[in-house]
Amino acid sequence: MAAIRLAFTPLLPSLVRQVSRSPILSQMSWSKLLVCSSLMRENRFCSSVPKPQHQKVKVIFLLSDGRRQEVNAKVGDNLLDVITENDIDIDGFGACEGTLACSTCHLIFKQEDYDKIPDKPTDEELDMLDLAYGLTDTSRLGCQVIVTKDMDGLEISVPKGVADARSPQS
Amino acid sequence: MNSVRRIARCFTGTPEILTWRKVVTLQQWFSPSCRCRSSDSQKSSSSSSPGQQCCVAVVGSGPAGFYTAQQLLKGDHNLIVDIYEKLPVPFGLVRFGVAPDHPEVKNVIHTFTNTAKNERCNFFGNVEVGRDVSLKDLRDAYSAVILCYGASANRTLGIPGEDLPNVISARSFVGWYNGVPQDKELQVNLDCESAVVLGHGNVALDVARILLTPVSILEKTDISEHALKALHRSQVSKVHVVGRRGPLQVAFTIKELREMIKLPGTQTVIRREDVEGLDKVIDDLPRPRRRLTELLYKTAVAPSSTDTRLWEQATKEWRLVFLRSPVQILHDNNGSVSGVEFAVNKLQGKPSQFQKAVTTDLRETIKCGLVLSSIGYRSVPLDSSLPFDSKNGIIDNENSRVRNEQGLYCAGWVGKGPVGVILGTMTDAFETGKLVLHDLHSGHLKIPERMKRDQLINQIKDKAVTFTDWQRIDCAEMAAGEKLGKPREKITDIQTLLNVARRS
Repeated sequence: MAAIRLAFTPLLPSLVRQVSRSPILSQMSWSKLLVCSSLMRENRFCSSVPKPQHQKVKVIFLLSDGRRQEVNAKVGDNLLDVITENDIDIDGFGACEGTLACSTCHLIFKQEDYDKIPDKPTDEELDMLDLAYGLTDTSRLGCQVIVTKDMDGLEISVPKGVADARSPQS
Repeated sequence: MNSVRRIARCFTGTPEILTWRKVVTLQQWFSPSCRCRSSDSQKSSSSSSPGQQCCVAVVGSGPAGFYTAQQLLKGDHNLIVDIYEKLPVPFGLVRFGVAPDHPEVKNVIHTFTNTAKNERCNFFGNVEVGRDVSLKDLRDAYSAVILCYGASANRTLGIPGEDLPNVISARSFVGWYNGVPQDKELQVNLDCESAVVLGHGNVALDVARILLTPVSILEKTDISEHALKALHRSQVSKVHVVGRRGPLQVAFTIKELREMIKLPGTQTVIRREDVEGLDKVIDDLPRPRRRLTELLYKTAVAPSSTDTRLWEQATKEWRLVFLRSPVQILHDNNGSVSGVEFAVNKLQGKPSQFQKAVTTDLRETIKCGLVLSSIGYRSVPLDSSLPFDSKNGIIDNENSRVRNEQGLYCAGWVGKGPVGVILGTMTDAFETGKLVLHDLHSGHLKIPERMKRDQLINQIKDKAVTFTDWQRIDCAEMAAGEKLGKPREKITDIQTLLNVARRS
């Protein structure tokens, strides 16, 4: 993906057109594409060395309703991408599509895992996290955490929204 | 990047119009062939026949309305959700409230669009509940009505001079630069050096930022052209953002504050004496308040070298002013605003977020030629029969159920009050949606004859703007924006909107 991002950034509009006709890629949502392109614009996740394709690690999401979802995550993707690509259904997750304008992709790590994440949170990420429900000291925004090969077997909690405490009793 | 978005949107838009035209004709709606063509992946549950399909109405198509609809459609694969909207265009404050220089926040529109394209979701724009249809009509025709119409009025200052020209509610000012039809003619005179913004919330910072942001940045946003022209000629170089209480009680969030501090060409001025002593309480605050207070403190006492370098080249400034309540708005002999007289306040109680302000006998005047009042919104009752809490300006409700009114619910600002970011509204809307489904599935709600709902729609179908119609407006606005080098130029005239909507 990184290689594609680097090579095709100037050709993006034509890429978008082609993708729109491709039966395989058309399943990818437009918003997804837009996220990719916005990330490209900010150059946040581009490394100078293209990552080998298809390298995947196992990541486990512990959902607030008790579900445990084990997925294959592409190294180099961010965790919002991973959740979207694996169709993990979490209401409202990633509302701003990875542009650091909301806190809906809030994830909670174990302390030792949190400490190992190579990219430390920026002020801007912390600013958005401050608005998250159930904020902890080991909270991150999924859109800002890039999967590395050391993350194999990582367990990540998806917190509850605060209003979930309100039970629909009549 | 903008061109990519435009291309992407046009690609999603065009095939929709061609292959999936949702026509307000009942036979077509319910014919199996029409359903097969739908691009939506959700399948209706096979257990019930269409005759048993329940219908619910959502009033308002802002974030509360769309997130409620999303939850309802997801939680019951047989339910029909009709969204009613007063204006010919959807998305409420995402279109008309979110600042033009915050386009990322508007990405939620993609999710709303997916919801609207669900075959069981219908959008009826240009239909005002309370005028074109009554609340009673809706309640008779639907199993549940969820009111999501937000907070359309603003709190007033109640002080002399409030009615002077150029004393403007921030709501109208935001509407003016965001292309709200009723605010397009707002008389805004920016031919003055100094402006006062009353309030310490995010809207106050939004309007201050729009006043001070270089036009070279704004002209690349979807800000309305009439506002851009006025801002181009603006003489405003000093904005005082004034609040009743102190730095521990500000209601704006840290992202908006940081943006102001880093605003190109503008210096931030926070008086050292206003933040004195805060360093002693910072450590005990919960993290969000701690980080916000730290940023205020550092900016006043020890700004970063990056910030000071930036400020050296500044030609404009904004001042964060604390502990001042407006007493009257002053004017000169011509009746033009000349300043605001403030009472100086002091805080009571131990330093905390909850301290109260008490007015002293001291008075102070800030000279200005423009006053923007941003002291909060309030909702209005849509119908005289609606239980309404006038004190708080919200519908009288208990956990989103309108008090003593079976089948009537509210979500978002109209029920919770006009505070918080989209996340709060989203959570509230999801919970309200779940609650409605719970009540519906446990047999607490009536299921009116389907005919009643169909008749109601027949009444409004000629007037209503459908989602397909909106997509035509959407494309026209983006095309107009492209000519101006903007992502979008909003159409601000209702009749023009309707004309474009009906162009086939």
